[in-house]
Amino acid sequence: MAEPTTATASEVATVVGTGGVDHAALAARSRVWGALHVAQRQWVNEIPFIHIVLLTALGNPIIYLAAMGIGLGALVTSQVAGVPYLIFVAPALLVSTVATSGAGWGTWPIMGGFKWEKNYFAASATSVTPGQIALGETIGMTARLILQGAAFWVLGLPFNAWHSPWSVLTVPIAMLAGLAFFAPLAAYSATIEDEGIQFNLINRIIVMPMFLFAGTFFPLDVMPIYLQWIGWISPMWHGTQLARVAAFGMAYPLEGVVAHLLVLVAYVAVGLVLMRRNFFRRLTK
Amino acid sequence: MSEAGFRLLDVSVIHASELRKNYGDFAAVDGISFDVAPGESFGLLGPNGAGKSTTMRMIGGTLLRTSGTLEVLGLDPETRGPEVRASLGVVPQSDNLDEELRARDNLIVYGRYFGLPLSYLKPKADELLEFAQLTEKANAKVNSLSGGMKRRLTIARGLVNEPRVLLLDEPTTGLDPQARHILWDRLFRLKEQGVTLVVTTHFMDEAEQLCDRLVVMDHGQIVAEGSPSSLIKQYSSREVAEVRFGSERNAAMVDELRDLAGRIEVLPDRILMYADDGEGLLEEVHRRGLNPVTSLVRRSSLEDVFLRLTGRSLID
Ligand SMILES: Nc1ncnc2c1ncn2[C@@H]1O[C@H](COP(=O)(O)OP(=O)(O)O)[C@@H](O)[C@H]1O
Ligand SMILES: [Mg+2]
Repeated sequence: MAEPTTATASEVATVVGTGGVDHAALAARSRVWGALHVAQRQWVNEIPFIHIVLLTALGNPIIYLAAMGIGLGALVTSQVAGVPYLIFVAPALLVSTVATSGAGWGTWPIMGGFKWEKNYFAASATSVTPGQIALGETIGMTARLILQGAAFWVLGLPFNAWHSPWSVLTVPIAMLAGLAFFAPLAAYSATIEDEGIQFNLINRIIVMPMFLFAGTFFPLDVMPIYLQWIGWISPMWHGTQLARVAAFGMAYPLEGVVAHLLVLVAYVAVGLVLMRRNFFRRLTK
Repeated sequence: MSEAGFRLLDVSVIHASELRKNYGDFAAVDGISFDVAPGESFGLLGPNGAGKSTTMRMIGGTLLRTSGTLEVLGLDPETRGPEVRASLGVVPQSDNLDEELRARDNLIVYGRYFGLPLSYLKPKADELLEFAQLTEKANAKVNSLSGGMKRRLTIARGLVNEPRVLLLDEPTTGLDPQARHILWDRLFRLKEQGVTLVVTTHFMDEAEQLCDRLVVMDHGQIVAEGSPSSLIKQYSSREVAEVRFGSERNAAMVDELRDLAGRIEVLPDRILMYADDGEGLLEEVHRRGLNPVTSLVRRSSLEDVFLRLTGRSLID
């Protein structure tokens, strides 16, 4: 891009600079980087509140690790899946914490971007496309999910929650599970024009059961078979299984690992396609 | 952009032909055609619901048209949205500022959407705040600003990419008279610098002040086109005598006044009589002993043009 000129102080009072910006170059850059330009907004908006974001992101994990790992772990003295209970439960807690955030961020904040803050409409008047706005929001969320997962992982260290360095892979796995919730829910949220009361329902009949049947606190196969399907459709369960394989080498067939990955990727991919479509519709109607 | 890329500019900055937007069976924009020349200040004047905002959003490519041709800087905004909008400043009808951010950060975040570098945006934001007379409010959160300040900030925001074409949808609605005049002054300066302005308004004085040329819209259609003065010349007399006899008597008096003026309009509260010599007309009214409660003579305005064309007032 050509270096745009800016008016000097003496000119400022009477003129506002025009003509220095190379619009064709701007458009060309937008075509390539537009989604990242959109993603930056989340960070600008959040930097003043970063301590609150981190506190809420980390407050839960600390309580979970303490209560479940140490409290419940004291009761569950036998090994689960061949490891002490804390080791068993920590990767699952990491995944469910991050995935729950992904679900939450896919609802009210997305709807608000259309309905209250209207920042998507503001952005759509610039050189970015609706698809880039959808993608940019997803990229911004991805960064948050990674930050949250990494913070959880670091916090697990003093609890001795991790057996091997491979456990750090739980962070990208949790990110994937978080996006598997975020993208489809964000696609849905982009269509909502009323007050969004359906989000409470979604939380109760979709997100909560998916959490409870994700094999977080006990293996899914102790549940009766006619309830296990809830886990199978839950991105949280797929993420949890993968995270356990990564964190303590839980014995698992390779096909299983691949299948879990594929399911998560499919959730994200379908979610993104729908999200882009719905953002486009909402921002051009 | 190379010279060749914008050769069409010599002809039109915006070219619309049979442009149409339907919502179901309803035609919000009903096949309108117009051209905007470079550097021109072009207006869409019409009452609420005429289809002005719908037209503006199609120009920015943020609303898909049902049919017709539309070219902005030689490109179709629907398929070449990023290229068109990189050169466009958009001031929407209702402010959609980031309420939680400070005034200055609003400009910077918006500029980042265009991918403009911070080294450009920081001085630019200060320059624009100065332009919008908001320098003292640079660090104030938007939700603490008055309506007029927000409007000015939205306009400043629309200038962050140094647009060649500025779309202003009802720029001064909701502003007090003083704030409106400040804004008009700012917009006039932009025009002097060669920025093409496209303004929608339902205020005839705004159209007269700001626009070199305008189209009068009603029910999604263009009912007249021209400069403010040529429209007035074509569709109205030079002057208008307004007389009031009180709401019960107005209708009864019409027959007695009919032969005095070339044209008469009866509004609920007054009668408008169109003539080139308003004072002379009024004298004649008095000579006939038809003493109105109040009367005045004024120059014809676009309001009269609209009334003539549609039988209705611009603002109901
Ligand atoms: N999304 C929509 N769905 C249905 N009708 C709409 C929609 N948007 C605008 N309209 C209708 O189209 C007409 C033109 O609206 P608009 O362009 O906003 O008018 P103006 O800006 O001139 O006041 C109005 O009658 C309005 O109700
Ligand atoms: Mg409007």
